Amino acid sequence: MSKHVTTASFQSDVLSSDKPVLVDFWAEWCGPCRMVSPILDEISAEHGDKLTIVKVNVDEEPALAQQYGITSIPALHVFQGGQVVKQIIGAKPKVALLSDLQDFIN
Amino acid sequence: MHEVIIIGSGPAGYTAGIYAARAGLKPLLIASSVEAGGELMKTTEVENYPGFPNGLQGPELMDAFRAQAERFGTEVLLDDVIEVDLKGKTKIVKTGNGKTFESKTVILATGAAYRELGLPKEKELSGYGISWCATCDGFFFREKTIAVVGGGDSAMEEANFLTRFASKVYLIHRRDSFKASKIMQERALNNPKIEVLWNTEVAELKGDQKLTGVVLKNTVDGSTSELDLDGLFIAIGNDPRVWLVKDQVELTPEQFIKVEGRSSKTSLPGVFAAGDVIDPTYRQAITAAGSGCVAALDAEHYLTDLE
Repeated sequence: MSKHVTTASFQSDVLSSDKPVLVDFWAEWCGPCRMVSPILDEISAEHGDKLTIVKVNVDEEPALAQQYGITSIPALHVFQGGQVVKQIIGAKPKVALLSDLQDFIN
Repeated sequence: MHEVIIIGSGPAGYTAGIYAARAGLKPLLIASSVEAGGELMKTTEVENYPGFPNGLQGPELMDAFRAQAERFGTEVLLDDVIEVDLKGKTKIVKTGNGKTFESKTVILATGAAYRELGLPKEKELSGYGISWCATCDGFFFREKTIAVVGGGDSAMEEANFLTRFASKVYLIHRRDSFKASKIMQERALNNPKIEVLWNTEVAELKGDQKLTGVVLKNTVDGSTSELDLDGLFIAIGNDPRVWLVKDQVELTPEQFIKVEGRSSKTSLPGVFAAGDVIDPTYRQAITAAGSGCVAALDAEHYLTDLE
């Protein structure tokens, strides 16, 4: 299971991380989020040494969702050196996600 | 070698699963990796599915469909079919995760996909103000001004649902009347937060990083106007999802899979189709479910005749 990050831990967990971090903005009520979650767990298990995967619950952390301009979930933002360097919108099959993330996991 | 492979996991696919499994055919149902359950996973309250007088949530209904299919031995695989070869006696089905399956019969229940407006910037702004799923994204438009495009039941449902969040919802429709069911229309027309823009279509999307508004065009006199918006939800209908098979089975002129009479038989022996992918007219959960039942029974008869 991926770590849940909050506004309080966002700086240390995401912005200051040495490794790239994929933040999965999600919510309980979002069906596509539930579908993509186990796929992200698999990617984390296979590529966790290169890419950290964490979750932000937009219901509990609306300020983070707003700060990063989220208007559609699942939204997957990859942070590197404190900056958003890649955005993926919507649930996608594993092969498509791996291809989107190839710069970070190869 | 499988007896039956079902492609799709909406009401048609799962119902085919229930019937084929109860016939002892041990169907393999390939559900998709991220869209299992189909279009109903994106809806809220389903009020017209018989047997549930108090209504229930779309995802709840699809969980029940799946549980019932699995109860009798349907194997549900969360993977995506990327290629099929249906012409021979042995049907070949390949998936995104690299698996290849063989089957004596295939039931195509791939449903329909959202239709796009076809405007420049539509793809780039998807997820940045343009949305295809009110239940997923409505939350982000609290106290905002948004619009829904469309005139059918799903447009009415989305507009009504979105008034829970938005302060104002425009309903943009290119004609002067809706084709939605009466009860859904009345709810939208009586909702004080909804304003209908009749005889109007979206001509242009404004905004670069995110949607800021639209240019509207009056379909009667051709005049244009601008409307500032935080969000635009597109619900202008669906197109049958046939890309997988369009070069192998015969399609109707409207690009639905062609079936023989009231059956589910396609132009290829051993290949059957059910649900929204064959239905230009009714497109309801209950009609799709009925059509999935027909496909399973047709597949069963075909298999009996093979022996």
